[in-house]
Amino acid sequence: MKKTRQEHVIGIVAACVATLGISAANAQERFITVASTTSTEQSGLFGHLLPIFKRDTGIDVRVVALGTGQALDTGRRGDADVVFVHDKVAEEKFVAEGFGVERIEVMYNDFVLVGPKADPAKANGRDISLGLKRLADSKAAFVSRGDKSGTHAAELRYWKAAGVDLDATKGAWYRETGSGMGSALNTASAMNAYILTDRGTWLSFKNRGELAIQVEGDAKLFNQYGVMLVNPVKHPHVKRDLGQRFIDWLVSVAGQKAIADYKIGGEQLFFPNAKPPMKKAA
Amino acid sequence: MNSLTDAFVGALQLILNADATLLSIIGLSLQVSVSAVALASVLGLVLGSLIAVSRFPGRSLVIAILNATMGLPPVVIGLLVYMLLSRAGPLGSYGLLFTPTAMVIAQVILISPIIAALSRQTIEDAWRDYREQLASLGVRGVSAARTLLWDSRFSLVTITLAGLGRACAEVGAVMIVGGNIDGVTRVMTTAIALETTKGDLPLAMSLGIVLVLIVLAINILAQSLKSFAERRYG
Repeated sequence: MKKTRQEHVIGIVAACVATLGISAANAQERFITVASTTSTEQSGLFGHLLPIFKRDTGIDVRVVALGTGQALDTGRRGDADVVFVHDKVAEEKFVAEGFGVERIEVMYNDFVLVGPKADPAKANGRDISLGLKRLADSKAAFVSRGDKSGTHAAELRYWKAAGVDLDATKGAWYRETGSGMGSALNTASAMNAYILTDRGTWLSFKNRGELAIQVEGDAKLFNQYGVMLVNPVKHPHVKRDLGQRFIDWLVSVAGQKAIADYKIGGEQLFFPNAKPPMKKAA
Repeated sequence: MNSLTDAFVGALQLILNADATLLSIIGLSLQVSVSAVALASVLGLVLGSLIAVSRFPGRSLVIAILNATMGLPPVVIGLLVYMLLSRAGPLGSYGLLFTPTAMVIAQVILISPIIAALSRQTIEDAWRDYREQLASLGVRGVSAARTLLWDSRFSLVTITLAGLGRACAEVGAVMIVGGNIDGVTRVMTTAIALETTKGDLPLAMSLGIVLVLIVLAINILAQSLKSFAERRYG
């Protein structure tokens, strides 16, 4: 009796290990890992693009959605084949350090300043600098990502452009959450606070509470996305060919059209702007 | 209140519809957690029973450390496994990061101490009761541990279930080492976290209810198997 039980246990363990072995074997299929941002994943853009890309090329794309800073770090460590993010300064640094092969612009979307419908700070308008200035003057509650994401970097640039010295004025009204876009929006919604968000995440976000868009349409709010192949010289295991095909496809006529076609509630979220001549998808 | 009702209605709909995506997420959750519990049980029971029946200098310190590791934060374990499996880490060449295997490894590290610490206590209590008997039969060391393990098997089932509960409920470690990749490493808890960040709180809550029901079903199953076995062989 005892022996059979032990055999059972060994059998179960062996079966589990075997199952894992199978899933590891399946993992040898043609796929690439892309480190990208929460905005592209949570807005549903990848859910729209990747099936089209898979149909065109047969390549699976595994997206790990992180903040831009973390996504670039994932590329630095060699844990992704392609990085697709939105912080030009950080991206150029990534390429200059030799971790990325080349930064290629793909598309842009825009940021919006969201706040309470009643707009206690009177931030409403088209001018982000003026809006933020009024926020700082009235010390209206503001939620910051505080996570070194692309959106966080942009937010800090906008405060600077508005002439607000955050270090000097930052008080209880300025709340750093250190979390992703969606989590930060949940916080802002619960506190009825102002927050800077990309339009895509905002449009697909459901827990809006009393929040509404207060500032939009300022040219400064445009948010450029770039894509980079992780340098195979630094990380020889990078799937150079498959990764390059994904990049080529993104900037091809077909890829750019697929990006433009993605809409939520009739509203286009991402605007393709790859530099011509657009390469044909391989 | 309203959204809570929505969540329960939503959970019911999710179960009734049982769409392929949800089923594959549940399947992966179970595959990862059950594999992890199976491996962790072997490690934990061996370690726990050996400590229970042996006496060596520094034993109480080892037990204190073992008990403390039950409280290891999943996110710290996740970071540790991430750094080990990352391409820049010592085990990077295996390419295991962002795979279900990485999630199993993290959960094994998470659960083994729990199973080891709890089984150590259970077996030590049994050891106290049967020590003289076993000694008179000349049973000691590894074979004493084996006898006591078999003798305490019904209590050990509960300990294993505690490990499974911890594994199924955990999000911090699997999020980091799995990456929550759609169709590859997305499990129930990371799906719940994702829907929460999308602000779809009712859907997140519905998924949570489904998860609780699955864990409940497993426990009921284990409980009835246990009482059946107790009646039959106990």
